[in-house]
This record gives sequence, structure tokens and C-alpha cells, in this order.
Amino acid sequence: MPNSAKKAAVLEVIGVTKQFRGKIAVDCVDLQVANGEFLSILGPSGCGKTTLLRLIGGLEKPDRGRLVLNGQDITNLSAHKRNVHTVFQRYALFPHMNVFDNVAFGLRCKKIHENETRSRVEEMLELANLKGQGHRAIHTLSGGEQQRIALVRALVNLPKLLLLDEPLGALDLKLRLQLQQELVAIQKRVKTTFVFVTHDQQEALNMSDRVAVMNQAKVEQIGTPNEIYEFPKTLFAASFVGGINRLDGVLRIDEGGRCICEVEGLGGFFVEPPTEYRQAGVKGLICLRPEKVTLFSRRPSTIENVVEGTIRSQSYLGTHTQFEVLIKNGGVISVFQQNTQKLAKKVFQVNDKVFMGWQASLSHFFSYQALK
Amino acid sequence: MSTIRRWASGFGVFLIYVFLFLPMVVLVALSFNNASRGTQWQGFTFSWYEKLSENQAILEALSRSLEIAVEATLLSAFLGLCVGISMSRTHGFRKTILQKLATLPIVLPEIVQGLSLLCFFVWLTIPLGEFSVVIAHTAFGTAYVATLVKARLTAMDPLLEEAAADLGATQSKILVKITLPQLWPAMVSGMLMVFTLSFDDFIVAFFTAGVGATTLPLKIYSMLKFGVSPEVNALSALILCASFLLVTMAFWNQNKRERKFEI
Amino acid sequence: MSIQPKTFRTTPFSIAAWIWAASLVVAPLLYIVSISFLSRGPYGGVQSPLTLTNYTRMTDGSMALTLLLSLGRSVALAGFSTVLCIFVGFPLALFLVFRAGRWRNALFFLLIIPFWTNFLIRTYAWMVILSDNGWLNHVLEILGLGPQYLHWLFTPQAVLLGMFYNYLPYMAMSLYVSVEKLDTKLLEAAADLGAGPVRRFFQVTLPLSVPGLVAGSIMVFIPSLGEFVIPDILGGGTNLFVGNLLAQQFLTVRHWPFGSALSVILIILIGACLVALEKVTKGHSEDLIA
Repeated sequence: MPNSAKKAAVLEVIGVTKQFRGKIAVDCVDLQVANGEFLSILGPSGCGKTTLLRLIGGLEKPDRGRLVLNGQDITNLSAHKRNVHTVFQRYALFPHMNVFDNVAFGLRCKKIHENETRSRVEEMLELANLKGQGHRAIHTLSGGEQQRIALVRALVNLPKLLLLDEPLGALDLKLRLQLQQELVAIQKRVKTTFVFVTHDQQEALNMSDRVAVMNQAKVEQIGTPNEIYEFPKTLFAASFVGGINRLDGVLRIDEGGRCICEVEGLGGFFVEPPTEYRQAGVKGLICLRPEKVTLFSRRPSTIENVVEGTIRSQSYLGTHTQFEVLIKNGGVISVFQQNTQKLAKKVFQVNDKVFMGWQASLSHFFSYQALK
Repeated sequence: MSTIRRWASGFGVFLIYVFLFLPMVVLVALSFNNASRGTQWQGFTFSWYEKLSENQAILEALSRSLEIAVEATLLSAFLGLCVGISMSRTHGFRKTILQKLATLPIVLPEIVQGLSLLCFFVWLTIPLGEFSVVIAHTAFGTAYVATLVKARLTAMDPLLEEAAADLGATQSKILVKITLPQLWPAMVSGMLMVFTLSFDDFIVAFFTAGVGATTLPLKIYSMLKFGVSPEVNALSALILCASFLLVTMAFWNQNKRERKFEI
Repeated sequence: MSIQPKTFRTTPFSIAAWIWAASLVVAPLLYIVSISFLSRGPYGGVQSPLTLTNYTRMTDGSMALTLLLSLGRSVALAGFSTVLCIFVGFPLALFLVFRAGRWRNALFFLLIIPFWTNFLIRTYAWMVILSDNGWLNHVLEILGLGPQYLHWLFTPQAVLLGMFYNYLPYMAMSLYVSVEKLDTKLLEAAADLGAGPVRRFFQVTLPLSVPGLVAGSIMVFIPSLGEFVIPDILGGGTNLFVGNLLAQQFLTVRHWPFGSALSVILIILIGACLVALEKVTKGHSEDLIA
């Protein structure tokens, strides 16, 4: 029911385009953000994700397209009049104000009564685990504390939508993981809609309700983390989120009506392409995630697709082992195997001959036509 | 609305620039004006430039000013380097004192510097003349070079010198091969600054030059005070052109260097 | 073990540095302080005994009035020039940093040109423009605004104009340097939190430009306090400023001890201003060390 979906949308981005000196940064992007959700915009640097965020926040004006917040067109509303707030990359905390004044800034702009401002700021400082530390100077805060102050400085204004521009990018890995959990916990508590920009796929998969994958100024796919990972719609989405192996080939249809991708030097593999490319002669590639492949020392008979190879290297990583397997056409396939058994020795050795098997439904087929 | 505001602010800035450059344009225009008195346009002439080239007193003042500026620049460069290095390499109390003393000639009004040096020279019976002006210019020039050198040394990676020492460079080698080459840009801009300050200085020279050593600014001042001859316009126009050229070159050079570092 | 890096020895440099500081900075200043306690010699020189008369003389009758008036004029002129420079220089710096775009370097370059040209010549140019049959009156006549020649030159306004003209580039440059360092993310953050342009200026741009404002004020206010050439050329020496008074005592009246006492007063005044301004920056820069 499209109608109910529209009702729940807090923000609608409709055909928004932005160019900088002739270079397209955001190309006709459509996006709907549902009330209370945690949406991540994931993409490599320079894909336009930060520009999209700035367009939503009102820090840039779109060349074309509309932005609708809660049913109200905000396309031409300047940043300080939008009920949308941002947590900036590297926080942009005001260095000449203390913690309290930083958090109170937005409320004072709205001329909220000072007593109410004080109680709301204190409440937020508590949320940030910095209760009673409002007098501290910004430069005395640690990285994590600065990050939390930047968050509550925006949250205290009760935004309809909170934008976060790689807010964890400046932190080290351990702190990042801890703050990822904290951020999600805070989001569930305040029930504010979060739009979170990141280039880190783990972060996006871990935190979000939905992920929008962006590449070259376009949104390639929007979906839950599972959908994005298991059912990527484009090669880019597949390769940016998690690792892939690729086998290039041509489709043919067998007697049973099943699609087979003929790969030069390796033979045919069963694939399940999208209906529109289900024809003989379509050129494309098989895309295969390393953990979906199983290693066998003897050729398995019950598995649809099998390819033979020689182990070139292996790294033992505790939870799993990563193999690089050389195949006949000169390519390399990487394979992750869960270490489900308790073994003191390696199962496979370098230069061992192995068989790699996978079911057709676990792989993806992308035609070249779809890629360009 | 916002385009109107943008246009208006642009126009305001344009007016400021007109204000800044109008007097210079007027001077250059007048230097070609065929009128010995007044500012009304009487036709085009080169005669003031010809007269200027025959005016021995002005040419003498010009060469004296150049001489003083060169000598003061060289002295200031040497002393400024010393002061800059000691400022960044000493610590504690002595560093604070030296830093305060090095900013003093920059912040004190020139008149105070000029007259205190005047009294000082007379007390030491140093004759007032070219030499005393050079010393007086060195007094403040050193401070400018030192400030720039110190800023450069502070920005410099101290590990470079230690790395050189670690690789077996002797102390004098570190100084000549590592430190001085890095200080070169600061030295050049400092020297450029001292040269201009010295060449343009009127006030300090006014007090310390005595009767004999008329520098170019002193000569210009006396021409202004005692009867303006249009030769002054021609002279001013030439000086303006020369400074314009010099600044353009310096700016262009700096831009080129910065761009090289960007890559 | 020494923690000092084992690099070159700085002693020779230090010796030269201290010789310069002692002989060319400290000694002349100490010398005028000391002769301010001496009396005037027969031919304009100085002689003992030690006396306080040079200072007590400032407090009596007509001299006190002259001194107070000239000091008042100088402080007022320096103050007015500084304020004027701030009011014009700040918008100019903001324009250069935020609005000028690709013209920024060129405009900055044009700003420093006057800075490198001889200030006597620049001041003289105003003399030409403002004189009774100068360009300003011509233009006014052409526009039909000046029925007869108006008197511009040798007025206090002309002096103020000359000061403003000469010191504006200093103020604009130091503000430019300060504003350029401003993190635009902070302005965006303020806008994002609901601050309009006015609030953004007063709560973010202005407080963070205080170092530039102070540096600019030092570069304008302090030299203007002792300025005597501009009043001499454009003011015609009709209104005595502290600088003129000083120059007079040293060069015309040749009463060095009294002149020295006056300069000591001027130095103390300047020292007080510097300390006050330093306090302002200190209070701010402590917050800025990130």
C-alpha cells in the first residue's frame, strides 16, 4: 500500500540533483525515510553521499528536485529554519564556548526560556554520560566525549530528522565499535529518525534498519542490511558490501529450461539471473561470496556447481580460515570456511588439490547490459 | 533578495578599492599634466620626467636611500637570523625576555624609536649621517627578520636536525645543510620587508639623519613642505610603478612556490 | 643525560642576538628614560643634576592644558581611526574570504599594494585631492554641489581620512588572516542549529576573529598614537598631536629632557594599551587551544 508508506515517511527526496562546476555530485536521487528508522547512506568517498546529506540539511541548494519534510516542502528553506539537525564530521563544536553553551546553542537560537534550556541541556548531558560537566572547555574532552556532545547538541533541539556525517570517522577502531552500540541505543531511546552517512560497510550493516548504497552520484539500492548483502541488485552493491569472486561468461539455456553460464576454460555453472536476462547469448558474470563456497577434498556429487583448483595460500583467523584457490583459467577464488571443528592441525595444505562447490541460488548473475 | 545583497556588498567592496587606489591614480595622472601649478588638466607632457632626470638633488637622495636600504637589509638579515635562532633555541626566562625585546621595535611608534636613537647617537657621539640611519634601520629591521625566522623555525620539524645528527652530520654541517636552507624563504621575505621599510622610512630618518644625509623620503617631505613642484608627481608615479612591479613579482613568485608545494 | 637535541651550538647566535637587543633596543629606551630626569644644557644638550622638573612641568597650568589636549586629540584620533578601520576592514575581510571566490587572490594582492608603497606619497596624494583647487572640489563643482570652493585640507577630518587611508590595509589584512582560519564547518553547524546570519556573525565569526581584531588594532592604534607626519601634511600643524609635540621638543625647541619625559609618558600609555589588549587575546586564546 503506497499510501500508508507515504504517511510514515518523514522525509521524501524527490529527483534531487546537484552539480558543482559541471560535475554531478548527486544525480536525480529519490529516497524516502520512514519515521523513526535508522537509515545509512553507504558509499565510497566522492560518491556524493555527503552532498546528499548537506542538501537535506539545507547547507546546499539542489539544482533540481524537491525535499519534503513531514508533508511540507522545504526545498527553499534555509538551513537555520529547518527542523533538521546535523552531527558533523569532526563534530564542529564551537571552541570558544564550553560544553553547556554548545549544547544550549540551538535552544537559545529559538529563544527558549533559560530555565527550560537549562533543564533540557542537563538532561542531554546525562544522556551523553557527561552529567554536571557543562562547564568543561571543548578541548579538554576526549574524542568519544566530543562525539557524544556533538550528538546531543543536535538532539536537544528535538529534530524531525538527525543527519550524521561520518560521525565515527575520527575515532580509533575499538572506540568506534563501542560508540556504534551507544549510538543505536540512543536512537532507540529517543526514537528520532537518523540518516547516517558512512563509507564503512560493517558500520552500515551493523547499525541500520535500512541501507542506501550510493555510487557515482546515484543511489544504486535501498534495503535492509540483509537484502543489500544477500540480494544485491548491482555489481557495485555486491562488491562494495562484502567481498566477491567473479567468473565472466555467456548464458545458455539447457533442455530443462535452466540457465547455465559458460565460463571459458572452466565449463558451465547453473545460475538464476533476473527474468529479463534469462536468454541465451547474454554476456555477464557470476558473482560469488567467499563464505558461500564450500571446500571439498573429493568431487561432491550433490552440489550443483563445482570447480576444481589448487590452494595457493591460506590464513587461519580463528573463527574462520581464508583460502586463495587458483583455478584452471588462471583466476583466483577466495573462500571462507567456518572452523566448526576443533582441530589442532590444518585440514588443507598449500598446493592441495580441492573442489569448491556452491548452489546456484547462493550466487548472483549480473549481465554486462545491466552494468552499463 | 540574496542576489541584491550580493551585488550590493560587491559594490561596497568596489568602492573601498576605488578609495584605496584613487589617490595613486590621481598622482600618476598629474605627473603627465602640463601645468606647473594647480591640478586642472592642461594637456599631456613628459617634461616633469625630463626635469626629474636632471634634478641632481633627487637622484643623489635616491642613490643614498638605496645604499642605506641595502646596507640595513644585509645587517638586519644577519642579526635577525641570530636573534631568530636564539629565540627558538633558548628556553625559559631568557626566551621570554628576548621575545618581548624583539617585538618592541615592531610595536613601538616610529617616532619613539627615532628620537630615542637620536639621543643615544648623540650621547655616544656617533655622527648623524648615513651610518647612523643604517644603524637605526637595522635596529627595527632585525626585529622583523627575527620574527619571521622564528616562526619558520617553530614550524620546522625538529626531527630533521636530529636525523641529520643521527646520520653523523657535524654541528656546522647541520646548520649549513639542514637549518639554513629551510630558513631561506623566511629570510627572503624578511629581507624584502626590511628593504621596503628602510627605503620608505621617513620618521626614523627624520630624527637620525642629521643635516647631510638627505634620503629620498626626506627629500620628498621637504619638497611637499616647501613648495610643491610637479616633479614630485613624476617621482611618486615612478616609485608607485616600481613598488607595483616588485610586489607583483614577489606575489607571483610566492604563488608559484605554494602551488609547487601543493602537489 | 641531556634531553636537548644534539644539534648545532647556539651560543654564537645568542651573543649576537643579545648585543643587538641590549645596544639597539634596550639602551636607547633606557637612555631617554634617564635623560628625562636631567635638565637642559645651554646648547640644547643635557646636563645634571637629577631633577623631576620635567615631569612636574607637565602638571602646571598652560603646559598641562596643551599636553592634555594633544594627548586627548591623539587618543581620540587613534581610537576613531581604529574603529573606522574595523568597520570597513571587517566587511572587506569577510567579503574576501567568503564571497570573492576566484577573485580572492587578486583582491588580496590589490589590498597589499598600498602597504608596500611609500606612505608620504600616499598622503601627499590626498593633499592633491583635498586641496582648495584640488580634484574633490572640481568634482563637486561639476556635480553642481559646490557653489564655491569648500575647505577640506588642513582640517581634523582630513587628518582622520589620511590615518584611515594609511592604516586600513593593516586592519583588513590581519582580519583577513583571522577570518580565513575560521573553520566554515562551525558556521554551518551554527546554521544547522538554527542560528540566522546575524547570530552566526556575533556568536561564531566575531568571537573567533578576536585575535585578528586585536592584532589589527595594535597595528593601527599604537602607531596612530605617535603619528605626526599625517597631521603635519594633511592637518597643516593646526592641531597639535602628541607626535607633533614630541618632534617639536626634540627638533625645534631642543629641550631633550622634557621631550624625553613626554616620550616616557607616551611609552607608558602604549604599554598599558598593549597589556590590556593582550589580556583580551589571552582570555580567548586559552579556549582556542584545541
